[in-house]
Amino acid sequence: MATCSRIGGGGHSMDKSITLPPDEIFRNLENAKRFAIDIGGSLTKLAYYSTVQHKVAKVRSFDHTGKETEDEPLYEISVQEEITARLHFIKFENAYIETCLDFVKDHLVNTETKVIKATGGGAHKFKDLLEKKLKLKVDKEDEMSCLIKGCNFVLKNIPHEAFVYVKHAEPEFRFQTTHPDIFPYLLINIGSGVSIVKVESEDKFERIGGSSIGGGTFWGLGALLTKTKRFDELLQLASRGQHTSVDMLVKDIYGGAYGSLGLTGDLIASSFGKSATADKEFSKEDMAKSLLHMISNDIGQLACLYARLHNLSRVYFGGFFIRGHPVTMHTITYSINFFTKGEVQALFLRHEGYLGAIGAFLKGAEEDNPNQYSWGENYAGSSGLMSVSPDMFPMQRTRSGTFDMLEMDRLERQLVNLPLLLDSSSYIPDTVDLTEDAMAREYWLSCFEEALDGVVKRAVVSQPDLQDARERAEKFRLKYRHKLQTLRHQPCAYGSLTVRSLLDTREHCLNEFNFPDPYSQIKQRENDLALRYFQKVVRSVEMLNWEDRQFALVKGLLAGNMFDWGAKAVSDVLETDPTFGFDEAKQQLQERPWLVDSYSKWIERLKGPPHKCALFFIDNSGIDIILGVFPLVRELLCRGTEVVLASNSGPALNDVTYNELQILTERIAAMDSVIHSGITKERLILVQSGSSSPCLDLSRLDKGLATLVRERHTDLVVIEGMGRAIHTNYYAVLRCESLKLAVIKNSWLAERLGGKIYSVVFKYEQPAK
Amino acid sequence: MKIKDAKKPSFPWFGMDIGGTLVKLVYFEPIDISAEEEQEEVESLKSIRKYLTSNVAYGSTGIRDTHLELKNHTLLGRRGNLHFIRFPTHDLPTFIQMGHDKNFSTLHTVLCATGGGAYKFEQEFRTIGNLQLHKKDELDCLVKGLLYIDSPSFNGQAECYYYENAMEPEKCRKMPYNLEDPYPLLVVNIGSGVSILAVYSKDNYKRVSGTSLGGGTFLGLCSLLTGCDSFEEALEMASKGDSTRADKLVKDIYGGHYERFDLPGWAVASSFGNMIHKEKREAVSKEDLARATLVTITNNIGWIAKMCAVSEKIDRVVFVGNFLRVNTLSMKLLSDALKYWSHGQQKALFLEHEGYFGAVGALLGLLDVD
Repeated sequence: MATCSRIGGGGHSMDKSITLPPDEIFRNLENAKRFAIDIGGSLTKLAYYSTVQHKVAKVRSFDHTGKETEDEPLYEISVQEEITARLHFIKFENAYIETCLDFVKDHLVNTETKVIKATGGGAHKFKDLLEKKLKLKVDKEDEMSCLIKGCNFVLKNIPHEAFVYVKHAEPEFRFQTTHPDIFPYLLINIGSGVSIVKVESEDKFERIGGSSIGGGTFWGLGALLTKTKRFDELLQLASRGQHTSVDMLVKDIYGGAYGSLGLTGDLIASSFGKSATADKEFSKEDMAKSLLHMISNDIGQLACLYARLHNLSRVYFGGFFIRGHPVTMHTITYSINFFTKGEVQALFLRHEGYLGAIGAFLKGAEEDNPNQYSWGENYAGSSGLMSVSPDMFPMQRTRSGTFDMLEMDRLERQLVNLPLLLDSSSYIPDTVDLTEDAMAREYWLSCFEEALDGVVKRAVVSQPDLQDARERAEKFRLKYRHKLQTLRHQPCAYGSLTVRSLLDTREHCLNEFNFPDPYSQIKQRENDLALRYFQKVVRSVEMLNWEDRQFALVKGLLAGNMFDWGAKAVSDVLETDPTFGFDEAKQQLQERPWLVDSYSKWIERLKGPPHKCALFFIDNSGIDIILGVFPLVRELLCRGTEVVLASNSGPALNDVTYNELQILTERIAAMDSVIHSGITKERLILVQSGSSSPCLDLSRLDKGLATLVRERHTDLVVIEGMGRAIHTNYYAVLRCESLKLAVIKNSWLAERLGGKIYSVVFKYEQPAK
Repeated sequence: MKIKDAKKPSFPWFGMDIGGTLVKLVYFEPIDISAEEEQEEVESLKSIRKYLTSNVAYGSTGIRDTHLELKNHTLLGRRGNLHFIRFPTHDLPTFIQMGHDKNFSTLHTVLCATGGGAYKFEQEFRTIGNLQLHKKDELDCLVKGLLYIDSPSFNGQAECYYYENAMEPEKCRKMPYNLEDPYPLLVVNIGSGVSILAVYSKDNYKRVSGTSLGGGTFLGLCSLLTGCDSFEEALEMASKGDSTRADKLVKDIYGGHYERFDLPGWAVASSFGNMIHKEKREAVSKEDLARATLVTITNNIGWIAKMCAVSEKIDRVVFVGNFLRVNTLSMKLLSDALKYWSHGQQKALFLEHEGYFGAVGALLGLLDVD
């Protein structure tokens, strides 16, 4: 494959350097099921959908009807193969289309498809080539329909898809939270010309206007004026130029501002106006800059006129003129700000260049009902075309402003908002945005890098029987470290950057190299151990009077939450001191008053009527769930409160998964009548959250959970642990009472919050009346 | 009468509009001068009158638009001819110097001026010409001048007109339009840049929009692309060119109409869009480029005007400004574009004194001067 190893060619363009061998670019091609291609003026984008086989950890209860022995484990762990669906994206220059198609053809093994969906201006031109090379029938789709379909898809499925651009700010990209209701919006597509499309629903959109002054005008006129042929080079020229030598400004006419109209002196009165009167040579840079301003302003003005006329405030910009170019994003943003006085924000999209390809793919997949699934970005899977390696050109990369294209997984379950969020449109899961907070970013990137050795070691140990475990673990190390380095140079490379995204990226990378659940044995062992103490703990609590019991239960929950393998300080203790247990943990806990302490308010509330139903987002396996959470659940049940226990659908660190929880609950029910009756009377219900993350995004939860929450009239939400209650959701505002509690097991974070390691956060809130 | 006479400003009566590219000057030449008055008329005033009225060209760049002259016109109780003169703004220093040389300042005249240059060159008028400018707001003057000139008929013909069948050379006709009841009116003033005003009554107007893509942009781009030296030369080239060799049309992309969006194949999809290809750049002529520049700028102004007309709910759009001078091509393009995209709802109107309304408005400023 050496002939194909540099599909992208030369290094002068910022958006096309590929140095990876193509079998890494076209990942999972052998299982590709569907193809869609978007052939633009110079770039081709290919989207393909293939099945990905990967390992998943499963737990299965042993048959315990017989006698129990002390050394028989609680449940059986097995690793199975699972097939999931994944969407991949590739782009290459049209010049390499033949080479790429040949490669695709050679590697299509398992496909049953007979057609390829094609869109874009070049679809017509390359139709015969596609049919000849791929032996697939080309099915052309309308460009604008594909664009809109793709746009709807990313806005709905990808958190932080849209962003505003702020030049010179740190960071330059401000990601927007996804609104559940994306319609109506305006899409301004700046290709060779400009199309202004109003999108009202999934299927309803209308081109309400347009302009012939677009990207082709910049490129065509620019080429004539500066003798520079490439679009990228023209943009670079423009970014170095001074438009004031070519344009006639208000102050050139007035000598200053035109005050009565509020027109400042620096405003352009006449684009290229000076070249009409002055007999002098103008530099290429200056002319390119003037041209860029002229076109951006003109588009901005039209966009505003249409936004105002149709009363729309969400305006997204796309097309090759924009495509991640900081220069044009800036001039468009500036123009929109100027014309709307800040009323309308110019929004851009991370997957902008792929909307057509995604839309074409969705058109082809209509029979599969793609909209009934939720999709998620896979942080591990960079589809082929990564930008320039940060090690080689860190500066260039930073400036390029492009985003790496991640693969998208089709999720098993449909994800929706937690109905209890007070305002889902303003909900932001993450507490700290690491793209904005440079100090926190520096700390966490280093923290994750330092923890990498331990994670690699854990991964290897988790698969003692597999010979290639060490090799795969090393590959994992390389990949994750590379991601961390990329993020150091370009924090916005994958959208927003948060502790959650760093954790999730690690999980995704582990999965990528077939480490589906490195903590499975640890979890098994700890669950087993904790179960033995369950009754003792319950008994000791029951002896106490009401008030003391409430405190003991809360303290037990907090102490349980100490057992977190995700926190380095704790995992170090647990690795070196096997005797460290529940009582030791209690002693480590901060004494009241806690760092955040609304315990008194909580206890007052408990003296009142019982809650109708409590939704409990749980954290770790072992002591945490069994000795910390269950005794409290038991108390709530006794009070007359129904309890919904929400656990992760898939593994993440030592967090308890839904399958594990089912087994554990069964075991506890067998020895505790309260839990047993709760289960049989459906007053204690186990649900999965839909997530496989150590953190929690309340806007992407399993639909079943949301339904249950509504049915049961949930009036209390308990969120436990650093990942779910501190890194995320600390500021989440709910319609009902909420209790967020965690032990801060990281001294840097504790200090930042004004406390010390093992400080306690106990945040009980009631909705504003 | 005597008292009123006393309040009349002394001659000469000028109104001046100093724009980014051109200075527009209107001069009132009294023709009811009594013998007594002629006797009293100082030498310098006489010489100015003689100089302005006996020439049609001043220096190498100044021009009197004789076809626009308003004959036998009454202003402030005096009868006279209104003359319309223009010269490039970069020659303004020469004009000021001349004023100095001809002892203009001794006439105690009130010199009303508008346009950005009234501010920018105020200092030079004072220090070199020893002249005090009475500065008037540009848009006030424009609206005032426009409403003033429109009301009388222009030497017996209509001031306001429109084009019928604009894009059919055989059938195209210039038709008079009665603008007796002008309100509401959208005024698009195309000078170096463009200002768009919505006029609701004599005293009620607002600037609703504007664009920097105006006459200056046409001439500027044209001179860079073709090396032409003047507006007239650029127009001459444009009249011979074919813009579709530089522009990419809808049919160049879709092979015909873009049905999904009801876009006709002949519509321009991308101005200069064909120029991204080397072979097409090599095949294009200077005339084609001049034409494409003109079409691009004109259509863009038409489109913005159309949008403003829709949002202001005004159907009559009058285009003024010197960009339209001897530029029937642009006027026809605007007529057609407005009619097509508004489905016949909006009408493009033009005025004979296209670029001079600001200067006329300035001249009327004499009325307010005490």
